[in-house]
Amino acid sequence: MSETGYLLAVMAIGFAITFALRAVPFAALQPLRESRLVADLALWMPVGILAILTVSTLRSSLESDSSRLLPAVLATAVTVVVHLVGGRRTLLSVGAGTATFVLLVNLL
Amino acid sequence: MTELKVTSDVPAAGDLPPGATPRGEIAAGIRLSFAAGLGMFPIGIAFGVLVVQTGLPWWVAPGLSIAVFAGSVELLLVGLVVAATPLATIALTVLLVNFRHVFYAFSFPLHVVKHPLARFYSVYALIDEAYAVTAASPGTWNRWRLLAMQAAFHSYWVGGGLVGVVLASFLPATVEGLEFALCALFITLTLDACRSGKQVPSLVLAGLSLGLSLVLVPDSALFASMLGFVGLLIVRHLLAQRRRAEADDV
Repeated sequence: MSETGYLLAVMAIGFAITFALRAVPFAALQPLRESRLVADLALWMPVGILAILTVSTLRSSLESDSSRLLPAVLATAVTVVVHLVGGRRTLLSVGAGTATFVLLVNLL
Repeated sequence: MTELKVTSDVPAAGDLPPGATPRGEIAAGIRLSFAAGLGMFPIGIAFGVLVVQTGLPWWVAPGLSIAVFAGSVELLLVGLVVAATPLATIALTVLLVNFRHVFYAFSFPLHVVKHPLARFYSVYALIDEAYAVTAASPGTWNRWRLLAMQAAFHSYWVGGGLVGVVLASFLPATVEGLEFALCALFITLTLDACRSGKQVPSLVLAGLSLGLSLVLVPDSALFASMLGFVGLLIVRHLLAQRRRAEADDV
């Protein structure tokens, strides 16, 4: 598949799945509301999926260059501390963590 | 996500309250979009810069933002696309990462929107931020206010991406380490999702699945760990069902 074809296929898949996830429950609201499995997954899934994504994005950022381990650990700590101390303002925490990482990677 | 209830108690759904004008409601919707927009616009810029700096064509930024319109998964897709990830893995990742949207229908005030095209747009633009802002003040929505807010979010995200694309072409060299913004975003989202000790079992199961996947199938650890995690949650659900049945018997 050509690169353009691949990119268009990614967009088409992204659109179809995301739209279906948003639209189908409005049509099938009643049975979904009564499903105990769906209710359990709704409660349990987000934190685990997000944790897996966090680790896998950290991992792919380290894979390219192992000397980034220390900057990644420090930037992660800065992100967590700023988020918990700074009142959970996502923009502030993400900005502080990213700035830390960019500075360390370019200075060290 | 405990308040899974349909808001059906809104009188004259979609009609304007006495004294309100479409113009005033549109302004109110845009005003309500500002707080979340403050986060969306800069992350949109980072997304646009990332697309260009990873060597993808510039139109991937607006393309993904218009086709998918879900920030975190778009940032993730950039990395997956650069690594030429198979389409099946991309589909599963989008499905699992965006699965939470299934539950927004329970309380999102779509019933105030009547026109089929407008309803289509409102569902398509049902992003986390739109859900969060409507959930914060139920019963105050009409079609003008809701659609104006969603369109404002849409313009911040697509606009931010385009600004990022332009900005990237002016930057003298690639900014090393900018992709950490995605790691940082997921760290904060995980922290926000994990506010109580009740979430610890899910974290442990996710860690277990991820650890096993990294050891057994390191090349497709993301795919395997998400699938394994959902499998473990289904087992947990079955165990919880048995406990509930036993509790009912006593």
